Parts: sequence; structure tokens; C-alpha cells
Amino acid sequence: MELPQTLSMSAVSSTLGIFERKKKRDVHLGDRIFFWVLRLLAIGVMLLLLGITLNLLRVSFPIFSKFGLSYFVTNTWNPVTEKFGAGAFIYGTVVSSLIALVISVPISIGVSVFLTELAPRRLAEAVGFLVEMLAAIPSVVYGLWGIFVLAPWLRTTLQPALASTFGFLPLFQGPPYGIGMLTAGIILAIMISPTISAICREVFKAISLQQREAALALGATRWETISLAVLKSSASGIFGAVILGLGRALGETMAVTMVIGNRADISASLFAPGQTMASVIANEYAEATSDMHLAALSAVGLALFLVSFLINSSARFLVWRATRKSKGARA
Amino acid sequence: MTNLNPILEARQINAWFGGTQAIRDISISAQPNTVTALIGPSGCGKSTFIRCLNRMHEEVPGASVKGQVLLSGSNIYDGGVDPVSVRRKIGMVFQKPNPFPALSVAENVAVGLRLAGISKRSVLNETVEKSLRQAALWEEVKDKLRSPGTSLSGGQQQRLCIARALAVSPPVLLMDEPTSALDPISTARIEELLNELKKQVTVVIVTHNMQQAARISDRTAFFLLGEMVEFDETATIFTNPKDRRTEHYITGRFG
Ligand SMILES: Nc1ncnc2c1ncn2[C@@H]1O[C@H](COP(=O)(O)OP(=O)(O)OP(=O)(O)O)[C@@H](O)[C@H]1O
Ligand SMILES: [Mg+2]
Repeated sequence: MELPQTLSMSAVSSTLGIFERKKKRDVHLGDRIFFWVLRLLAIGVMLLLLGITLNLLRVSFPIFSKFGLSYFVTNTWNPVTEKFGAGAFIYGTVVSSLIALVISVPISIGVSVFLTELAPRRLAEAVGFLVEMLAAIPSVVYGLWGIFVLAPWLRTTLQPALASTFGFLPLFQGPPYGIGMLTAGIILAIMISPTISAICREVFKAISLQQREAALALGATRWETISLAVLKSSASGIFGAVILGLGRALGETMAVTMVIGNRADISASLFAPGQTMASVIANEYAEATSDMHLAALSAVGLALFLVSFLINSSARFLVWRATRKSKGARA
Repeated sequence: MTNLNPILEARQINAWFGGTQAIRDISISAQPNTVTALIGPSGCGKSTFIRCLNRMHEEVPGASVKGQVLLSGSNIYDGGVDPVSVRRKIGMVFQKPNPFPALSVAENVAVGLRLAGISKRSVLNETVEKSLRQAALWEEVKDKLRSPGTSLSGGQQQRLCIARALAVSPPVLLMDEPTSALDPISTARIEELLNELKKQVTVVIVTHNMQQAARISDRTAFFLLGEMVEFDETATIFTNPKDRRTEHYITGRFG
């Protein structure tokens, strides 16, 4: 036991040879300062998150002490009588985000497949650039476009058409206002598509030529090659892209506030106006004077914050687990 | 052996990448149940040529082919022929094992049948076992049929790819340096396998390993700078080549 250890110790010091002896720590003082600055910043970010949570909890405390957790499932919103329940906003957020996903996911995946697998390179670059530009448009501009272009068109064209074909479904009943849940969902769909398609394109590009050739050599058609070698292998990446899009849809405020109609109501019809968690805060915060009203809005903010946090972290966890599994399997 | 009834015959194959010609006027033919080896220095066009034999070459953007390849007498480059149907009859195994990571071992083998529209469980299961046995892999993976194809070792993955290609019973199997990424033991297993396989399929194989060509092939073609220098019985190529360049290459390699 003893002998080999001493041997190896002496071996180390004598084999230093052409190398320099390890410097004493404070020689790299700059490194250490840099390291500590970064560490402080990282800790600062965590403290900030914690601080926001605690502060929201503190401000919204009166709401929870009065209504308890049923605040999140009841559907009344009356600042005058100080009766509050955030059910309608949660419903509005969930439904508008779902509409956005239902529209955006197939389109984004389709666009990404087209751009990476089918389009000639020049065209792919041009279209890819345009899609990315969609993400650079400020959301208030989407809101204006929604009010002046999309909503009138929905009112006069799409909604009557939906009502006459699918009118037997409660989803498409009621008067076509133009402004409402469906409009918000469509605007959101346009806004999250660049996010989803950009990630999908990166995921598809990462798939090797060998995979595609494997499919082709088995006698797969072009579409079969895409489905077999590209889509199947990128399931976890696509999932991550969708969840990130969802995260963006949940929190989007300005454009939604401008087109959703802002009525704290739960209605089966997608034509009806509604309100989301983000839009009610943007809409009422400036006018909220009573402590209770402020507390109610803060509670909505807290819930939105927690939901976004959970969505993002669970998505990351799932994607991480999926990629780790496939990596581990490959090794 | 005469050229009376070749199952695969390439006539005057020329291939380009964009404007650059990669191979020039190459003709070979293969009798049923034989192994034909393609040898030659790196960059001489072996991969390009073998990819012309199942119309994979044209999948490279800008690439083009001229010439004829006859499979049992029918030209695969005939105007009306669907390249997809060609590739179902002429299988291919690549240099790097490339099982589909999203599919299990069994699904990887069955995928060719599924593409051909066969979905009956019993047929699929039967073919999976038969093909894995043919590829000498069954004993090693019969308990892992449900784990991902990429969870196998490199040599097993390559045999899985062979099983995948065999599952659709192609009369011809093309292999582009199938053992160059493998260790000697996996290589030996695949070479043994070839001896069995040629009872059912005709094999064209690219190899950099001269001994391998000598061991496994019936005929050998020697390529140089995009042309075919010599094509003959393997024994003749290795013991009594007609062309000086073949001799130089072979003796150079054997040291
Ligand atoms: N995708 C491509 N685009 C352009 N030129 C190519 C492409 N692939 C191969 N070439 C060229 O075609 C020629 C033949 O290449 P090929 O891959 O057929 O050689 P090879 O004999 O298979 O070589 P190796 O033994 O290294 O695999 C080479 O000059 C190569 O540079
Ligand atoms: Mg090659």
C-alpha cells in the first residue's frame, strides 16, 4: 500500500519536466475576481426570482386570506363589490394559447420541413429570413393589425363561414364580433410561429445525411424519408419547440389585450370576447385603486408567473431527459 | 464462369458532381450469387459508382448519371422507372452504421416491409427474426428487440443495417466499405456472413482492405482516377494482374 503511493508521488514531481509548476492561487487573481463576479450575478438572478415571488405573495396576500385557493376557480370579477375570482382569466389564457398551438404547430412544422427538406437553398434562405422577421415585429403592431385588418375580416368572412359549417358545435355559435378569443388565438399563432419554426429548423438541420440516405436506400419516397428519418427522430426537439411557443403565448400581453375584447367571462363560443391573465393585468392595473383590486391583480400575476415557470422548467426537464436518453443510447 | 446470365450489369456508366466528372465509362457485370469487390485508392470513384447502381447518386444535389444498369435485363435508368422501386430491389449498406435512432431493433428491421405496405404482425415478426438470423445477429439481440437500434454496439448496428436491407429480400445488395468502421472481430463476423448471404443475394462490395477483397470476393474490379483499370476473377487480379497499375497497387498494399 505505502510503497506504490510514494513511488507515484515522486514520479509526479520528477515528470514535471517540460511543464511549469502549478502557480500559487493568487497569481490568477483576475480569474478569481471574474469567477466571483459571475457567481454573484448568478446568485443575484436567483435572489431576484425569489424576491419577485415573495413580493407578489405579499401584495396578493389579502386575496388568498379572503378567498383561499378557490380564487383561481371561481368566476366573478367585481371591483366595486370587491368580489374576485380569476377563473375566467385562466380559462382565457389556456384557450387562447391552445388555439394558437392548434394553428401554429402544424404550420410551423410544415414550414420547417419545407425549408430544410424541399425548398431550393436560395428560396429557403429568403423565406427563413422573412419568418424570422415576424418575430421582430413589436407586439403592439400585431395588435393594431388585429384590430384593423384581422378582426373585420373575421367578422365578415371567416366567422360567418365557420358558423354556417360548424355551427352545430358550441365553439362556433353566437354573434361574430370579430374581436374575441378566436382573434386573440390567431394573432398568438402568428406571433409564436417564428419561435417554433426556428427551433424545428435547427432540429431538422441537425439530423445527419446518413439518416436520410438510410431511408432513401430502403425505397422510401420523399415524404416517407421525411417522416422516417426527420420527423420521428426529432420528436423531442419538436416537443421542446412547441412548449417554448406555448410559453410565449401564455405571457403575451399587448396584442392579446388589444383584440380579445376584455370581458371577464367564460363562454363556450370562441367568437365571444374573453380576457387572459396577462391582458387583465395590463388592462386594469393603472385604474386599480383599492388594495383588494391590486391584490387580486397581483394574485393573477403570481399565478401567471408560476405557470410560466412550471411550463418552462418541465419542458426543459423533459427535453433534457429525452436527449440524454438518446445520447446515452448512442454511446 | 462466363457472362452468360448476369443478374446485374452496368454499361458505360459516367457520373458527374455538377460539372466535374467523377467516373468515366465503367462497365461491370455480376453473376447471381457472387460477390464482386471494388478496390482502388481513395477518391477514385468507388462510392460514386456503387451509388449509381441503385440510383442513390442522383440524390446528391447537382449530380447526374449517364449509362445503363440492367437488373435481370431491365434498365433501372429507363425513363419510366421509379427510383424508389429500384432501391427496393437493390439494397444498400453504408460505411457508417445508420440505424434509425427513433426505432427499436425490431422496427428497424421491419421498416422496409412497412414502407412496402406490409403491416401484418405475424409476417413482420417472422421476417424480423429471419433477417436477424441471416445477419447473424438474432442470438445477440433476441432479448433486446424493443430497445433502440442505436443502443447496440457498432458491429451489431452494422449487422442490424444488413438485416434491415435483407428484410425486403433484395436480389442485389450493395455495400460501401461496410467494415471500415468496425473492429477486427466484427469485421470477421461480417465476412463470414457474406459467405452465407451469397447463397441468397448477389453482393457488390467496396473495400479498402485488400485481404478482405481476396478472401470474400469472386471477382474484383480495380478503379483508378475515375476509371476502371481491370475487372477479372479475384484470383487473377491478385496473382496475375494484366495491368501494371493494378499490380503496383496490389503489391504496394501488400508491402
Ligand atoms: N458530394 C460530392 N460533391 C462533389 N464531389 C464529390 C462528392 N462526393 C465525391 N466527390 C468527388 O468524386 C470523386 C470520387 O469520390 P468517391 O467518394 O466516389 O471516391 P471513393 O473511391 O469512394 O473514395 P474513398 O475510398 O475515400 O471512399 C472524388 O474526386 C470526390 O472528390
Ligand atoms: Mg467511398
